[in-house]
Amino acid sequence: MILHPGILALLLGSAITLVMCLQAARLGLEVLAHWDPTRSDERQLMLERKTDLISTLMSYALGFQIVAGLLYLYTLEDLHRLFIGAMCATGTLNANEIGWMVLLLKIVLFFGAAFWVHFNQLDLRTEDTPLMRAKFRTLLALVPLLGLDLYLQVAYFSGLNPEIITSCCGSLFRLGNTGVASDLAGQPPGQTMVVFFSLATVQLVLIGFCLRKRTAIGRYLLFVSTAFFFLATLVAVVSFISPYIYQMPTHHCPFDMLQHHYNYIGYPFYIALFTGVFFGLLPGLSLPGVRIASLRPVIERFEHRWLWISLVAHLIVLLIVLWPILFSPFKLFGGAFG
Amino acid sequence: MTRQWKLLDYALASLLRRKGKNLSILVIYTLTVATLASVLFLTQSLRQEATKVLSGGPDLVVQRLMAGRHELVPLNYADPIRKLPGVKSVQPRVWGYYYDSLKKVNLTLMGLPAEPEILVLLEGERPSKGQEIAVGRGIADTYGFGVGDSLLLIDAAGEKQLYRITGLFETGSDLLTNDLILFPEAELRRFFAMPTNRATDLAVSVYNPREVATLAQKVRYHLPDSRPIGKTEILHTYDTVFHWRSGMLLTVSLAALIAFCILAWDKATGISADERREIGILKAVGWDTTDVLALKFWEGLAVSLVAFLLGTILAWTHTYVFGAGLLAPVIQGWSVLFPDFDLTPSVDLYQLFILGMLTVTPYIACTVIPSWKAAITDPDSVMRS
Repeated sequence: MILHPGILALLLGSAITLVMCLQAARLGLEVLAHWDPTRSDERQLMLERKTDLISTLMSYALGFQIVAGLLYLYTLEDLHRLFIGAMCATGTLNANEIGWMVLLLKIVLFFGAAFWVHFNQLDLRTEDTPLMRAKFRTLLALVPLLGLDLYLQVAYFSGLNPEIITSCCGSLFRLGNTGVASDLAGQPPGQTMVVFFSLATVQLVLIGFCLRKRTAIGRYLLFVSTAFFFLATLVAVVSFISPYIYQMPTHHCPFDMLQHHYNYIGYPFYIALFTGVFFGLLPGLSLPGVRIASLRPVIERFEHRWLWISLVAHLIVLLIVLWPILFSPFKLFGGAFG
Repeated sequence: MTRQWKLLDYALASLLRRKGKNLSILVIYTLTVATLASVLFLTQSLRQEATKVLSGGPDLVVQRLMAGRHELVPLNYADPIRKLPGVKSVQPRVWGYYYDSLKKVNLTLMGLPAEPEILVLLEGERPSKGQEIAVGRGIADTYGFGVGDSLLLIDAAGEKQLYRITGLFETGSDLLTNDLILFPEAELRRFFAMPTNRATDLAVSVYNPREVATLAQKVRYHLPDSRPIGKTEILHTYDTVFHWRSGMLLTVSLAALIAFCILAWDKATGISADERREIGILKAVGWDTTDVLALKFWEGLAVSLVAFLLGTILAWTHTYVFGAGLLAPVIQGWSVLFPDFDLTPSVDLYQLFILGMLTVTPYIACTVIPSWKAAITDPDSVMRS
C-alpha cells in the first residue's frame, strides 16, 4: 500500500522534515551547552549565527508540516475509493486505527511548530534574545514527536489493506452506535448549537475586550475560552455544522466538506478555524513573556495584530456555519424540509 | 511587506545576473519535475478513463467458473437472479475478443442488445440483420472506414466473412470506441460458434447500488459456480493497479531525485568568489544575515516555481500531445496489442500537490545549509581577500 504517489510524497516530506529538525536540534544542543550572551568571543559569534540557521530550518519545517497536513487529508480522501464501504476520508481512517492517531499528532505538531516559529520570531526581535534556552528545550521536545509522526505514518500506510471492508462515515457517525465518534454525532444538535454560539459570542466579546484593555485577566480568559471554543467547534462540526452543509440530517462526516461536490468549503472553514484559534491562544501564551523587560514592547506591538487576525478568522468561521443555517431550505429542526 | 518585495526584486535580478549557473540547475530541475509529473498525469488519466468506461457498465456482472476458469453461462442462470428482490434486469451478453492479424490489434466483438444506452450513434443506423456491423469511431479512424464500407473478418470456422458497416458510434471514453465492434447477437453467435443457450456473462442492473454486495452474496448462494463481480470492485482494482504502477515508477525515479538533490546541494555550496564578494558587500552596507537568508529563500522559490511550471507544461505536452510515448508501455501494462487511444487531459490540484511535495521540498531542504553558509560570510574577510 506504500506505493501510492500521495503516500510516497507524505513519507518523503515527513522524512525531510525530521532530518531538518534533527539538524536543528543538534545545533540547538550545541547552543544550549555553550550559550553565554555576556561573552563576545568567536565561539559566541558562531553560536549566534547558528541560531539563524536553526530558525530558518524550523520555519521551513513548519511550512512543510502545514503542507503535509493538507496533503494527508487529501490523500485520505483519494484513498477512500480503494476501500469497500468507505465513502470519504473517515473510511480510510477507520481502515486502520493508527490513522486517527496520525491526524491528532499532526494537529499537535502544527500548533507546536507554529508557536515555536512565532515565539522565535518575537525573540529575534529583541536585543538579548531572552527566550533562547526555553526555545531550544521545546525544540528538543518537538523532534521525538516528528519521529513518532513518521513512524506512525509508515505503520498506518503499510497496515492499509485495500481488500478490507471498512465502515464509512455513515456508520461511524450514525446515532445509536457506541464509541466516541457516534457519541459526538449523538450530541443533541440544539444543545451543541447553544454551546457553540454562546462560546463564539464569548470569544468575540473577549477579543473585543482585549483589543480595548491591556489586562492580563482578559488574555487568560481568552486563552481558556479559545481552547474550549476549538473543542466545541470540532464537536459542533460532527453534530450540526456538517448536516447543515450537506443538507442531510444523518450525514455527520467532518471530512466530506473537503470534497469537490461541497465546493471545497471545508478548506476555508478549517483554515479559518485553525488561524483563529492559533492567534486567539497567542496573547494568553505570551503573558509570561510580558514580564521580561526586553520582550514586552515587542509583544505589545504585535498583540493588536494577532487579535484582529483572530477576530476576522472567527467571523469567517461563523459566516460559514451560519450561511446554510440561515439561507438554505434545509431545516434541522421541525422535522420537515422547509 | 515592502521589504520582502524589494528582496524578491533583488533576488530575481541576481538570478538573471548569473544566467549560466542558474540555467543549468533550472534545466535539470525542470526535467526532474517533468519526469515525475508525466508519471502522475498518465496514471491519473488512465484511472479517469477506466472510471468512464465502467460508469456506463452494469452494476454487477455474473460470470460462471468451471475448474477455476471462466466458462460460458447457461441462459437459464438468469432466472434465479431475476427473482431476487432489488434486481432491475438481467441481460445475457454475448461478446468476445478477436485478434486482427492484419492490423495486429485485439478487437472486442459484442452482440447487440447489450447496454446500447452508453453508445451514442454518430452516423448511420444500428446493425439489424446478418452481415451488418457498427464500429467505434476509433476503429473507423484507424482503418479509414466510413458507413457503407465493408470489413473482412475470419470466423471460428476459419471462413472469411465480409461485413457491411451500417453505423459509427462513440462513447464518453476513447478506450471503448477504439476496439469495439457491434454485431447482431445471432450473427455473433454464429461467428464465434457459440451455443444458442449460452452467453459470455450476465449483466445485472440493480435499483439501489448499495445492495450490490448483498445481491452478489445471494447470487453466489443460489449459483455456487458463479462469480459475481461488482462495478466498484473493478474500479478498486484498477485504482490499486494504477497507483501501484505509478508508485513503482516514482520509487525508481527517487534515485534521479537524489542525484538532483546532490547537484542542487553542490551548486548551492560552490558559490563563486564574485557571489561571496557580493554578499560581503551587502553585509558591509548593512544587510543582516537574516536578510541574506531571505534573499536566498526568494531565489530558491523563484527557481522552484519556474522549474515547476516548465516541468508541468513539459509533462502535460508529453502526456497529452505525444501520448506519453516514453512511459505508456510501463503504466498501461504489457498489452502491446492494445489499440492506440488519445488520453483525456485530467490534472487536478492533488497531483500538483504531490508533485510539489516530491520535488520542491527536497530542493529547498538541500539548499538551506549551503545558503546559510553563504549568508554568514564575513564582510571583512571577503573584502580583504
